[in-house]
Amino acid sequence: MRFVLIYLIGVVFGTGIVLSGMANPAKVINFFDVAGSWDPSLAFVMGGALIVTAIGYRLVFGRKRPIFEGRFNLPTARNLDARLLGGSAVFGVGWGISGFCPGGALPALGTGKPEVFIFVAAMLAGIFGARYLQSLSRPSPKATT
Amino acid sequence: MYETAFTPWASLGGGVLIGLAAVLLMLVLGRVMGATGILAGVFAPASTYDFSWRAALLLGMITGPAVYWLATGAMPEVIVPASTPMLILGGLIVGVGVTYGSGCTSGHGVCGMARLSPRSIAATLTFMATTAVTVYVVRHVIGG
Repeated sequence: MRFVLIYLIGVVFGTGIVLSGMANPAKVINFFDVAGSWDPSLAFVMGGALIVTAIGYRLVFGRKRPIFEGRFNLPTARNLDARLLGGSAVFGVGWGISGFCPGGALPALGTGKPEVFIFVAAMLAGIFGARYLQSLSRPSPKATT
Repeated sequence: MYETAFTPWASLGGGVLIGLAAVLLMLVLGRVMGATGILAGVFAPASTYDFSWRAALLLGMITGPAVYWLATGAMPEVIVPASTPMLILGGLIVGVGVTYGSGCTSGHGVCGMARLSPRSIAATLTFMATTAVTVYVVRHVIGG
């Protein structure tokens, strides 16, 4: 029952992603191509998602705890370090080259297009390659959001 | 270069659904809807339960295009301008970046920004800027 509910939450997310255009690299790249064939649609995705999440989180955080867990499990790091900013800068380069971000690519797998599988496979290699490098330099790698 | 249609209503509606999913996940599991962390966790789960909820969520995400197809009669458009080598390069770079940056567009850009997390705001501004620069370079400097 619990997993059916979680599955349905995934369906809502995946449907939102494909409806919004985030799963379409052509549209994503055009959002950033202000100097060329600019398509401002993705500003509406971010706007809609942020308003709903900001209000919804406020309501949810009024509860003592989530429905299925003993407590909220939120990222606790506060510092703006080189790792965060450098990693984010690198991510943007990959996003600009491919047009796929992780949240856009995962639902797009459901279209069955081979390009999406190629991208996700390469991304997984990048994630676990980086985790391996982190494990060499740090005893306990931090969880990602 | 190719044009894509301006779709404010579909994009706003999609954004609202993304936000709704993020809120529901926080309500039931108390967790942030970050695609990077959810995906990576499936391959390195902390427990069977940890694997199960992540897998259920991912399966749901992948069902999105089918729901879209049922609702509209067409599969969602996925047009990939990048060549296969560039797609692989882009995927590798994205994977490394989101791991060091502790998140991506969904985790930082939506969930973290909605919580007014300074880290997420800084991360989002950073990757939006480098994405824009990269698109400019690929399209107008290298490509043309």
